[in-house]
Amino acid sequence: MLDYTAMILAIGPELWLAATALIGVLLGAVLKDKFNALAFKFGALVLFAAAAFSLMNYQGGEAFNGLVRTNTFVNFAKFVSYAIGGVTLLMSEGFLKRHNTIRYEYALLTIFASLGIGMMLSAADLMTLYMGVETLSLSSYVMAAFHRDSIRSSEAGLKYFVLGSLASGMLLYGASLVYGFAGSTEYVAIAAAEPSVGMMFGMVLMIVGLAFKVSAAPMHVWTPDVYEGSPTPVAAFFATAPKMASMVVFANVMYTVFGGVIEQWQLILSIIAALSMIIGSLGALTQTNIKRLLGYSSIANIGYALVAVAAGQEFGAGPLLVFMTLYVIASLGLFAGVLSMRRRGGMVEGVNELGGLMRKRPWLAIALSVLIFSMAGLPPFGGFFGKWEVLNAGLDAGLLPLAVILVLASVVSLGYYLRLIKIMWFDEPTEKFEAIDGSVTFTVIASAVLTGVVFLVFIYQLSGWAGNAAAGLPI
Amino acid sequence: MGGFPILSAMTFLPLAGALIIMIVRAATAGSRDETQAGSEGRTALMAGLIISGATFLVSLAAFAYYNPAEPGYQLVEQYRWYQNISYKMGVDGLSIALVLLTTFLTPICLLASWNSINKRVTEYVVAFLVLETFMIGVFTSLDLVLFYIFFEAGLIPMFLIIGIWGGPDKIYAAFKFFLYTLIGSLFMLVAVVYMYQAAGSSDFEVLENYEFARSAQTWLWLAFMASFAVKLPMWPVHTWLPDAHVQAPTAGSVVLAGVLLKMGGYGFLRFSLPMFPDASHLFQPVMFALAVVAIVYTSLVAWRQTDMKKLIAYSSVAHMGFVTLGVFSFNEAGVQGAIFQMLSHGIISGALFLIVGVVYDRMHTREISAYGGLVHRMPIYASLFMLFTMANVGLPGTSGFIGEILTMVGGYQASSWAAFGAALGVIFSAVYMLTLYRRTVFGQITNPKLNAIKDMNRIELICIVPLALLTILFGVAPNLIFNITEGSALRVLNLMAGG
Repeated sequence: MLDYTAMILAIGPELWLAATALIGVLLGAVLKDKFNALAFKFGALVLFAAAAFSLMNYQGGEAFNGLVRTNTFVNFAKFVSYAIGGVTLLMSEGFLKRHNTIRYEYALLTIFASLGIGMMLSAADLMTLYMGVETLSLSSYVMAAFHRDSIRSSEAGLKYFVLGSLASGMLLYGASLVYGFAGSTEYVAIAAAEPSVGMMFGMVLMIVGLAFKVSAAPMHVWTPDVYEGSPTPVAAFFATAPKMASMVVFANVMYTVFGGVIEQWQLILSIIAALSMIIGSLGALTQTNIKRLLGYSSIANIGYALVAVAAGQEFGAGPLLVFMTLYVIASLGLFAGVLSMRRRGGMVEGVNELGGLMRKRPWLAIALSVLIFSMAGLPPFGGFFGKWEVLNAGLDAGLLPLAVILVLASVVSLGYYLRLIKIMWFDEPTEKFEAIDGSVTFTVIASAVLTGVVFLVFIYQLSGWAGNAAAGLPI
Repeated sequence: MGGFPILSAMTFLPLAGALIIMIVRAATAGSRDETQAGSEGRTALMAGLIISGATFLVSLAAFAYYNPAEPGYQLVEQYRWYQNISYKMGVDGLSIALVLLTTFLTPICLLASWNSINKRVTEYVVAFLVLETFMIGVFTSLDLVLFYIFFEAGLIPMFLIIGIWGGPDKIYAAFKFFLYTLIGSLFMLVAVVYMYQAAGSSDFEVLENYEFARSAQTWLWLAFMASFAVKLPMWPVHTWLPDAHVQAPTAGSVVLAGVLLKMGGYGFLRFSLPMFPDASHLFQPVMFALAVVAIVYTSLVAWRQTDMKKLIAYSSVAHMGFVTLGVFSFNEAGVQGAIFQMLSHGIISGALFLIVGVVYDRMHTREISAYGGLVHRMPIYASLFMLFTMANVGLPGTSGFIGEILTMVGGYQASSWAAFGAALGVIFSAVYMLTLYRRTVFGQITNPKLNAIKDMNRIELICIVPLALLTILFGVAPNLIFNITEGSALRVLNLMAGG
């Protein structure tokens, strides 16, 4: 006798997202343009509810004969991703309205993307994993090209699609190899299977596919282009909710599927991490477009997070959650900051447009500075503890060279973070930005307060939550 | 002490004050127009003076509760914070002395900015108060991670102070300052993580009694050295200092020379010696060599400078060489001398930067050749300048003498060659300081602009005279300081000896 209640609870948030997304499609068909503005509130509400849902059944459960299995580790990531997805949706409304592209499809795509996030996080089977990854990716391709009249946006969408499909192909091929040699697609069965050369081949291909999704070097090249070309709120979404989720999925796959053969992949992940840190921080040095700069900085930050993944489940799982949570909140705030760079009816994206922001909008400048320093991992802001945890994990696992590279990359990254600070604080003021919707300013300041101050004092709380969540992973 | 967290109150009072100033400014932003900008700045400066003055009083109160007869940490506050990291504050003789130096210099810095800072004054005051919190925190924290947070956080306000209110090349200097210091301290961070994992705690008292393996000590010592050598600064990583000093506003230079450099010496005494005694012994010859090179080489460099501030900056590097010499002589005279030298140099170099600031505010140049014959127009200035010149040279009767002679005595016991090298530096310091003094103060007035120059005004006197009095007081009665620091100096040496 199947326990339907437990099953439904296990995939509750995803069922909810799928159902509401379909209702949204129906509403859109009936209400047509009248639904456009409403859809954003609707979508945000749906996502916040999904976040709450993922907390309700935080301990997790199993469904569909082991196709889906959740635990606290993935539920933590689900909660953060859904909540942040909801915030990006609220932030987007004003931007799209001003660009005359406010359409309900955008909100629905965000919900569908979140559905993909939920599925890949809940996956306990390679098939579910692939389905989730693809649901997220396909929604993302469309979102990247959402400004269909803009050449840059279409280009971003196409680039993302072509490269993303290639990566998906790698992931699928890797998964099929693993299936062929392990004899099952279920995580548990693969983990129990005798490792073989073929399976390792499959694993490497899967790593390549997943590394693309988290934009780790050397599979990172799409990131700056897509961030730059996509409409800013879309880039804000890409940089936050899917990043958090993909990173945790990456870790989940490495820990639960290949946890037994860590000596086989620790070096690969260390190299990917080192390359990401180096390429990300060096690449960002010369950028003049703030979205590209943030793209490169996200590559570097993913590199730091991968240090935690490479440290293995025992040491790295908790720190990964702490680091990624602090990172995505800071990222959200910075992208909200980019959204507030509006002048004479148009958006500006040059780094120099921030010139003298301290004189014109002091609170915005202070909040952005806090976020930047926090992302740079400089004390006394919360982001420091993200780095602290990752460094701890790396040294615990004996990855001293990675720790040294992390430290050196941090110094290099300060080069461009400080340049932003310099532009905002030292340079002569440029023209004042136009006033922007309250939700955007609120997001900037709230995320600055959250990463900069709240999670400095209450870091033990976040760390405790993450530690408990990591303890939910099967050993 | 009925459990009142006086150290926390002292540490965070400036930060709280800075927040209040910011909020008040934001609240009154609507009713303000450009013409009132000046008066608003004065109000902010006044508020900053009151807050930092109050902090000084609180630090005096803390000092009153401090018992110099006890060598250990006192006034300890401890709360469990995060993992095995505690929020732990406390002071011993070494740190209370440096705290007093900090809280004493900050109001002077703000007062010295009264006329010289005219743009974005509110932000300036806020930056200074935030910096004060971080500086005090460095000396009062008894947990390695907490220390690291304060140590590194101090970079941000100093970066802003140099970058916003500095001279023409300020951006370069600010970046150089930040990146140099950061690269050192990030290596320290790796070492901090290692120590934390090895000892299972980041509490100073635990770490002091934890015996790190010999091989690990070497690496940890080097990582800490990377940070403190940049901060102190030691040759050859001192090159950020002249740039930072020259570009920083006067008050920025004062606090940089007066307090920030001392963090390096403090770090050596607090971490390198007691926690890694084997490695310290191992590297003693290297440190002596670097100290002597710093003293001799930078003294010679200072001699050739044409910019007054740069000259004093190089002289700072040389004087910090005495601190290194004293610290690594591992005997009481040396360590006591090093602590004394840090305090004395904090006062003297701070005063010298203020002295330069006085004429810079009037003439807007720091070129030595632009001056000459100041004694004819500025007699008070000339006499105060004389006093600090002599103190910097190390004339008996001034505090500079005590620090130099004791570090050399300590150094001599450990290595006579090192003391010999350092003694050369004393001679050179007389050469460059007297040259500077002769060329700026004596002679005939050659630059016609100098004819109208006015002697020091009341604000400048209020800033400098207390420093002058302290210089003489500590020169005549050095026991005032030695009594405070003796306990902790002996404690450091005991810990080193494994006791």
